[in-house]
Amino acid sequence: MSWGTWIDLNAGNDAMKWPYPIRYGQEDAVDVDVLVLGGGIAGCWAAISAAEQGAKVAILERGSILGSGAGTGCDHWQWAITDVPGVSLSAEDFTQALVDNHGGYNNGISRYIQARDGYETLLELEEMGGKVRDTEDTFKGAEFRDEQTKLLFAYDYENRIVMRVWGMTFKRALRSRLRRLGVDIHERVALTGLLTERRGEDATAVVGATGLNVRTGAFNVFTAKATVLCAARPQRIWTYSTELAGSCDLRMPGAMGGGYAAAWRAGTEFAMMEKSIPAGLSINPSAPHGSGHPSNTWYPCTIVDANGKEVPWVDRDGHTLETFEERCRPAPGQRFFIKGGGQSSLPHQGLRDYQGPRLTNVDTLVEKGEIELPLYADLPSLPAHERRAIFGLMVGQEAKTKHTYANYTHAGFDPDRDMLLSYQQLIGGGGYGTSAEGAKTVLGFPSIRNAHSGTTGGPVVDWNLRTNLEGLYAAGDGMLGGNDHSHAATTGRYAGRRAAWFARQATARSGSREQIEAEKRRVYSPLQRKDGVHWKELLAGINKTMQAYCGAVKSEGLLRMALEAGEDLKHVVDTELAAVNPHDLANALSVVDILTAGIDIIVPACLARRASSAFLHFSRAEYPAMDPPEWQKFVTIRQEGGVVKQGERPLNLGAPFEENYLAHRPAAPIGA
Amino acid sequence: MSEENVYLSPNPASAARPIAIDPEKCTGCNLCVNVCPADVFVPNPEAGRVPLVLFVDECWYCGPCVDECPHAGAIRLNYPVMWRVPWKRKETGQHYWVGMKNPPPPNDTPPA
Ligand SMILES: Cc1cc2nc3c(=O)[nH]c(=O)nc-3n(C[C@H](O)[C@H](O)[C@H](O)COP(=O)(O)OP(=O)(O)OC[C@H]3O[C@@H](n4cnc5c(N)ncnc54)[C@H](O)[C@@H]3O)c2cc1C
Ligand code: SF4
Ligand code: SF4
Repeated sequence: MSWGTWIDLNAGNDAMKWPYPIRYGQEDAVDVDVLVLGGGIAGCWAAISAAEQGAKVAILERGSILGSGAGTGCDHWQWAITDVPGVSLSAEDFTQALVDNHGGYNNGISRYIQARDGYETLLELEEMGGKVRDTEDTFKGAEFRDEQTKLLFAYDYENRIVMRVWGMTFKRALRSRLRRLGVDIHERVALTGLLTERRGEDATAVVGATGLNVRTGAFNVFTAKATVLCAARPQRIWTYSTELAGSCDLRMPGAMGGGYAAAWRAGTEFAMMEKSIPAGLSINPSAPHGSGHPSNTWYPCTIVDANGKEVPWVDRDGHTLETFEERCRPAPGQRFFIKGGGQSSLPHQGLRDYQGPRLTNVDTLVEKGEIELPLYADLPSLPAHERRAIFGLMVGQEAKTKHTYANYTHAGFDPDRDMLLSYQQLIGGGGYGTSAEGAKTVLGFPSIRNAHSGTTGGPVVDWNLRTNLEGLYAAGDGMLGGNDHSHAATTGRYAGRRAAWFARQATARSGSREQIEAEKRRVYSPLQRKDGVHWKELLAGINKTMQAYCGAVKSEGLLRMALEAGEDLKHVVDTELAAVNPHDLANALSVVDILTAGIDIIVPACLARRASSAFLHFSRAEYPAMDPPEWQKFVTIRQEGGVVKQGERPLNLGAPFEENYLAHRPAAPIGA
Repeated sequence: MSEENVYLSPNPASAARPIAIDPEKCTGCNLCVNVCPADVFVPNPEAGRVPLVLFVDECWYCGPCVDECPHAGAIRLNYPVMWRVPWKRKETGQHYWVGMKNPPPPNDTPPA
């Protein structure tokens, strides 16, 4: 049944009326010093730190501050280095390791900020009410506990570069702080575009943003001296299906590309957008069901086969680790290993240097009959503290998995006696080994890709975390190389401050009426039709286009076809895209943002790199040589007047890190 | 089997029914409605009644709706059939499933 028929059938039925007041086209105006876009982890921290500097701050969030974003929970606070009790590494060396781990394709600037400010940020969070210590002594005597500070560590117990934390307390603590600081919170407002002003010949300044209220359809106009982009990164570009019921996205539904699309239209420079990795067939096998990844949440759980035989853990050199304890320390001769989320997955020196223990070659062992499916997480075999840390703390605190915990225990699951089935075999080698191995997944196809897992592309920033546009800062997942909770927190905190400092000496701004009117026409256009192409149909069309012309193997010809198909899809947007209520309209606009992220940003980025790169999981048919020296650099793109401009940046961005960090730190507090 | 209440009804929007609300316990306070990141719910047109779970296909099982509810047992996440992952009791080798006939007693240990 079409919508039109459905609506006609229900005409006059009051129970079917939209429950919120309809305010299409009506404007609400807000003027502040600092505007924060997105109320996730980076956004909350940016707004808090800007307000603490005395700035007048507004934050807009498509959903709710408490419930939105990927960071509603957190089981591990990764890669805080400076001042962490018992850590002997330096932030400089550790950042270099993170950069080398990706063959140079990482953001050394934001990674150094994470390593250096991560612990300070955690202590601030504790002051706000976040729980970061084992104050009840639940884990007293555990090898991963620092008895003096009651901090808990994960993965590499010798080097302590990742902490176990009670992340379900974080979002609530951040929201209280936002409220206490009087930050102007706008929930249910989706960012649609940035307001810009020309600055001379070649420069653009961001002077605010526009938003759509997803319940009433009202139009919000925000003007600000500085704006911090914290709307995470786009997903659903190659695949999406609501039929798979919540299991097809790693990230929450609001993360659909609004930030990248708006930033692109305003002229922001992006790097590494050509990178994407093979994804499963729209199935994210982790969080909600069964025993998630032994690569992070369930690390280092013993996994057994149908007959109780252990699947071997091996170190980076391929040596089988006989004991449980060996999984929690570096290999002989290795300084430390990097685990958590966003580590490299490619067979190269940077991987080998920092690769931690893992289960590997599961596919081969199954094929040879050495292990028999299915696999189970053998929690009962673990030391009691480890079992409680995995199933009680990590699963209990990692956002949505808290409900996995409740679901299974309510049904009688007892980790002391029971082994939970692992569906890891459904994604083949990918879940245990490297993402490159993931290409031969059982349920996946190489051309179904994702550009949102791990270390990915995004806006390029400087040491103020400012983009190439005056007044526009970026933090969190939605920046070049972003990817985890403590990174989002530390970069948000840092960017919020810098934005507040900039706002102090910036002159007042106002968006031009012409821009606002043009954006309103664009935003409300799908309401002209009640029957037509629904957002799901358009999204399926975008997904197919990306799979077909921007899949595993790319070429100039295919990518040009992607651009042509993109023009066709834009025509659909202009003439057929339909929406019948504010919720539907917001989803339609998000899909248009996905179209922008895919066709306008990713495809041109793929065209710009005329070489294949193993580091970027990037294959160009005409240029089969992998990573030729002249292409070992970031290729950047931005648009100006609808024309794509290319540029480049050297790898090892930000080095030498400490020197640059200090050079960009104000010598004295910046006066109001 | 009612022969009177047969209506036109489209297929459900999703293969899952993510949210189960107990109308006996729910007071219609709408806290769940206002925390949900995806606006899966809308308030009931009649104030004080159970919210409508409208956009079921957009639920990603994150759970703040359950965490925010002030009334124990009023709302729960309903794990769809395809996610009911089994477990095996190590000593006996017996498999158990969420939602099975004759389930074992609940384990009431809270998370750490
Ligand atoms: C289930 C799960 C568990 C995780 N566990 C861990 C962990 O234990 N440790 C760890 O380090 N990392 C973890 N991560 C990753 C971590 O949560 C993210 O890296 C982090 O939340 C990123 O912060 P962010 O602010 O950049 O993005 P988010 O926290 O996702 O926030 C982005 C916000 O922007 C909003 N937004 C997006 N588009 C718009 C728009 N157009 N208009 C308005 N608002 C918009 C979204 O609604 C969202 O609230 C986990 C992720 C998931 C999904
Ligand atoms: S589980 Fe999350 S997305 Fe689903 S209804 Fe509850 S709050 Fe909304
Ligand atoms: S929060 Fe609980 S009581 Fe309130 S409306 Fe939702 S289910 Fe009902």
